[in-house]
Amino acid sequence: MSDISTPVYLKETASQTAGPYVHIGLAPKQAGFDIFENNFGNVLVKPETKGERITIEGRIIDGSGAVIKDVLLEIWQANAAGRYNHPADQQADKPLDESFRGWGRACTDFESGIYTFETIKPGSVTGRNGKPMAPHINVWIVARGINIGLSTRIYFSDEEKANAADPDLTSIEWVERRKTLVAQRSEKDGKVVYTFDVYLQGPDETVFFDV
Amino acid sequence: MTTPTEQFGEFYQRDRTIHPAAYTPGYKTSVLRSNQKALISLSNSLSDITGPQFSPDELGPLDNDLILNYAKDGMPNGERILVHGFVRDENGKPVPNALIEVWQANASGRYRHKNDRYVVAPIDPNFGGCGRMLTDKNGYYFFRTVKPGPYPWRNNINDWRPAHIHYSIQASGFAQRLITQMYFQGDPLIPGCPIVRSINNEESVRGLIAQLDRNAFAAMDSMAYRFDIVVRGSRATLFENYVQGAK
Repeated sequence: MSDISTPVYLKETASQTAGPYVHIGLAPKQAGFDIFENNFGNVLVKPETKGERITIEGRIIDGSGAVIKDVLLEIWQANAAGRYNHPADQQADKPLDESFRGWGRACTDFESGIYTFETIKPGSVTGRNGKPMAPHINVWIVARGINIGLSTRIYFSDEEKANAADPDLTSIEWVERRKTLVAQRSEKDGKVVYTFDVYLQGPDETVFFDV
Repeated sequence: MTTPTEQFGEFYQRDRTIHPAAYTPGYKTSVLRSNQKALISLSNSLSDITGPQFSPDELGPLDNDLILNYAKDGMPNGERILVHGFVRDENGKPVPNALIEVWQANASGRYRHKNDRYVVAPIDPNFGGCGRMLTDKNGYYFFRTVKPGPYPWRNNINDWRPAHIHYSIQASGFAQRLITQMYFQGDPLIPGCPIVRSINNEESVRGLIAQLDRNAFAAMDSMAYRFDIVVRGSRATLFENYVQGAK
């Protein structure tokens, strides 16, 4: 008999792959049918939402270099002032924007493999020990063949100074790998587009976090 | 005054030994889709302990009734079942207002999906195969459906998935996000399934198997299965080590 007793905690339920038919549950229209009145989607903004309108687009690439076409992504971000729409966020100096939940869900297109989000550029959120974090968007990725959801972040190419001071980006020991998290800004038909491709493995593997 | 357990603290470090590894060659698709480099460990900030909030008025009245939510000119085929349970965190605390989304094959093992190639099994005109709900203040959820059938898939030449229902769970924080699959007690296909076997932990696998729940049977109507879910728990923010800007 062991003489060491430990406090009892429940064990987290184990993850399983989202599988090839994830769209049925999380994006039924993409699976090819209509069932719910209100669908969760990739447009985070309403007309009254404050902030710079941006499009995020990209592809997810597997270890053979192929673009994957059955991926589901979710993003979670702060509003333009740098505040999350959640009761835990008590940053007193940053106002809530009632017209911005800060969450979206997108699927890669079955033909092109491209995903997009229509959102706003987030402001800077205060991080641990009072240090400001560079503006970023939290990303969660699932698909057939991914056994447990992958967490990563999108930073912005036009925030060089903030990125260089970000406590999390700079904690990545391999400096070369940091750039896998930086989305490139461009303009297309008068719209601001950030391109964020994700490499699941290989020499350019995107940084994934254990949060 | 806010008590320690009402605050939002950082989550306990995730115990990855209870989850499948990324690379599990028995499940072939994982080979080219698994990260090969180590995950970078991040201490939680507001980015992780916050997450999207959902309200009941975003869901429809039949969203958790898969027997009726796609019924066109009759009832779906198959065994009628109720599935229910509690969502708790690692501390054993009920998780209210968690968004649970479920999807599944019909009683013949066919999915209503344009990419499903198990074409000898018929589509059920009265079954969509998806539903969603929010847990109540006690962390309780339930939905009604028909029991899904097992189905073949291309992995090895003749692999069959045990009957299962897919679950997506969003609790309070984005770092608690979880997708999993629920299996049915007594299904002989469970032990040999390459996707089940991606988990190298017997206790974890047992936790994915719903139990027949006789107490919840509805007489002359449906059987019931009980499936409890555990999401990550957070530490109370007692003295130091708190997350800046958090309640």
